[in-house]
Amino acid sequence: MGYEYIGITVLWLFLYGYLIVASVDFGAGFFAYYAKITKKDHIINQLISRYLSPVWEVTNVFFVFFFVGIVGFFPDAAYYYGQALLIPGSIAIVLIAIRGSFYAFESYGFKNNHLYMFLYGATGLLIPASLSTALTISEGGFIEETSNGVKLLYTELLTSPYSWSVVFLAIVSVLYISSMFLTYYANRADDQSALELVRKYALFWSSPTIIASLTSFIALSQHNPEHFEKAIGLWWVFGLSVFFFMVALFLVYQGKFYGWAFIAVMLQFLSAFFGYGASHLPYILQPFVTITSGATNETMGITLVIAFIAGLLLLVPSLILLMRLFLFNADYVKGKK
Amino acid sequence: MFFEDSVTMSRLLTSLTLAFHVIFATVGVGIPIMISIAEFIGIKKKDSHLTLLARRWTRGMTITIAVGVVTGTAIGLQLSLLWPSFMQVAGNVISLPLFMEVFAFFFEAIFLGIYLYTWDRFKNPMYHWLLSIPIVIGSTLSAFFITTVNAFMNTPQGFEMDGNTVTEISPLAAMFNPATPTKVFHVVASSYLTSAAILATIAAVIILVKKGSEYHRKALKLTVTATFIFAIATAIAGDLSAKFLAEHQPEKLAAGEWHFETEAGADLVLFGSLNEDNEVENAITIPKGLSFLAYGDFNAEVEGLNEVPSDEQPPLWIHYMFDLMVSIGFYVLGISMLFLLFWKVKKWNEENRLLLWGIATLGPLSMLAIEFGWIFAEEGRQPWILRGIMTVAEGATTSDHVGLMFILFCGLYFVLGAGCLLVLRKMFKNNPAEAEFEERYPEVAATKEED
Ligand code: HDD
Ligand code: HEM
Ligand code: HEM
Repeated sequence: MGYEYIGITVLWLFLYGYLIVASVDFGAGFFAYYAKITKKDHIINQLISRYLSPVWEVTNVFFVFFFVGIVGFFPDAAYYYGQALLIPGSIAIVLIAIRGSFYAFESYGFKNNHLYMFLYGATGLLIPASLSTALTISEGGFIEETSNGVKLLYTELLTSPYSWSVVFLAIVSVLYISSMFLTYYANRADDQSALELVRKYALFWSSPTIIASLTSFIALSQHNPEHFEKAIGLWWVFGLSVFFFMVALFLVYQGKFYGWAFIAVMLQFLSAFFGYGASHLPYILQPFVTITSGATNETMGITLVIAFIAGLLLLVPSLILLMRLFLFNADYVKGKK
Repeated sequence: MFFEDSVTMSRLLTSLTLAFHVIFATVGVGIPIMISIAEFIGIKKKDSHLTLLARRWTRGMTITIAVGVVTGTAIGLQLSLLWPSFMQVAGNVISLPLFMEVFAFFFEAIFLGIYLYTWDRFKNPMYHWLLSIPIVIGSTLSAFFITTVNAFMNTPQGFEMDGNTVTEISPLAAMFNPATPTKVFHVVASSYLTSAAILATIAAVIILVKKGSEYHRKALKLTVTATFIFAIATAIAGDLSAKFLAEHQPEKLAAGEWHFETEAGADLVLFGSLNEDNEVENAITIPKGLSFLAYGDFNAEVEGLNEVPSDEQPPLWIHYMFDLMVSIGFYVLGISMLFLLFWKVKKWNEENRLLLWGIATLGPLSMLAIEFGWIFAEEGRQPWILRGIMTVAEGATTSDHVGLMFILFCGLYFVLGAGCLLVLRKMFKNNPAEAEFEERYPEVAATKEED
């Protein structure tokens, strides 16, 4: 396997990691606000803030990792995306900045401030929507290269059913993943009333998720038949994803094994995400950048892979320490520490 | 109109973001080491005041780190959005430190999370102190990595340009380019200095305005001592940076010093102004000072600006940036030394109000010196984005809407800055140190009252 395949796999893994961790975080913000306006905040907000406090920064790093990695492994992709995404990218930056800093302001300074909670909840849904533009334009047809440089075709983007189906999918997935995680976490914390509430959210958001997935598949077949064909060739991967979805739904419905249910959710998205990624290749940005044309030179590629492995050796033990102290420390989760 | 010019607006937007980010980045690099020192001395001397100091600093830092992280994310993305052509080349050559920087952040973020939430979890407080070490290492390493990128922009090496493609790439040579050692040294030292100075400012202001308590007096002594030490390190590093410039980037030094003709025994020009014929007026000159600054030898020959083609000369106003930075450097050194002197000589009172007011200015002035220093360093590289290889205009995006984005980000930074100040104020105003001390250490506070 060439270094460019290692590179794209690593980056894709990081994007997947971000998808999961950030969804939990984004959705939690939305639920916290929703609970506040429906006067149920006393039930779940304690739970949400105990999980979020120690990890919000880690979430952001996943994202930074991804885009810095793109610049390193695929500088051409950075060029095209950079030229095209000035506006959506800037909007995403502003939203991320508002969210991250206001989270810190809220939790260390202005507890339960209504405006801050609103911003926190709203950005949680708007960020995935704006970031999903990057995936949408990778399908081709939304960018034009002229002698003046690369331009994003806004009308095409804003009127395309495919682009809206991706936005819709991004938002529902966030709510689904997040509520599934909170169900597991509430159960760990032995918090019955919170569990009941978030379990209801989880069941509620499961069907829109599967509907949105199907819709975006259909929209893809209209927008980019070639990619759709390749995805059909990998039908078993997507089948696996549906299977894990059923498992997760079944377990939560039964009210048992919430931990396994969340693992099934993670596997559901892992298979769908990798199925999507694999069928997207060889293109990174259709039709301008392919995995081979866009890759960095070999020396840099190999150096980056080495740096990556060394970095992991440093990070994995530290992450394990973090998890043992907080996420999986029963006393902490239950709020005794 | 310049508002429509994407190159100008990209420059303005990058300057805006970096000038804002660097405030938080500097504090993020320097405060961890101050926290670590305070906690360590606190444990060794069994002085709960210092432990509380470390604790309160950490709490304040969570806010500045949050803003640092989000603005850092902004600059990271903006580099690709605003300078796509530059990043295409840079991605091939200098992405290694950029990539490793993220590891350093990650490492730091993880341990900061642990450190924040484990103050009372260990029986032996030394274990908690040990957790501060990875934070110091992580933040200093990230400063190191990002500074190598900036150094690379000043003295690019480790690759060959073959038309539009880069070949013969050596990532390590690019990272360890000639500008790296002095730049890293100066950036790290000045970050430590500025953080110590800001903390000293806070202690001094509280003593001046609210009389303060023993807690604040200890904080003042610790922070001013640190300021003094880091100020020496910064000055040494700055001197080395000037020697580096003389050797490798003479046009930057020459523009900064208004040194037009190559000559031996060159004078150092401080402040002053230029008349229409580019002659220096109203300046203080130190005979042969520039030769000494550049080579450590009063008679050395220093290259003048006229050796450089006029379209490759940096703007001359950076002279003021350099002079202001250096003046602040010596002022900080002087005031902190005075304080130490007043403190050690028993007869003198180190809480002389004038001296305290002097200390109160150190933090804001040091932060200004950071900004002036960066403006000097970045403008002094003009017109190049990669010195000798790519100009700023070639690197910029061709997208139309940069002006609009500039306004958007002005709004964002205003909100972030204001929010940050409000929260910090609220955090410490509603919870004064004395009250927190009595709450956390009731035994110690009680014995104190009996003496
Ligand atoms: C508290 C901040 C501070 C203080 C007191 C000083 N500096 Fe500085 N200086 C910086 C903060 C800074 C900086 C922000 O860290 C810069 C900007 C770019 C860089 O590499 O470091 C810088 C750049 C910089 C450069 C340009 C380096 C380059 O472009 O490669 C030189 C020659 C000096 N400094 C020299 C000095 C001297 C002789 C000082 C005398 C005391 C001094 N600085 C004090
Ligand atoms: C990847 C690394 C970097 C890139 C691509 C970069 C690029 C640029 C560019 C293009 C400008 C505009 C210059 C102009 O006015 O025309 C600029 C300005 C500036 N940069 Fe850098 N820079 C980098 C690293 C840094 C670092 C590490 C700092 C420190 C925080 C920094 C601080 C500044 C400042 C303060 C300005 C404003 C100067 C002015 O007013 O023009 N830069 N940078
Ligand atoms: C002297 C210059 C700079 C210093 C000392 C510095 C330092 C820092 C610090 C301390 C943070 C907070 C990170 C944390 O605590 O987790 C930060 C965030 C960040 N900085 Fe800067 N920075 C500088 C310039 C730049 C430049 C030019 C870039 C662009 C390449 C950049 C990219 C970032 C990014 C992406 C983050 C967010 C990382 C995260 O999500 O944790 N920094 N920086």
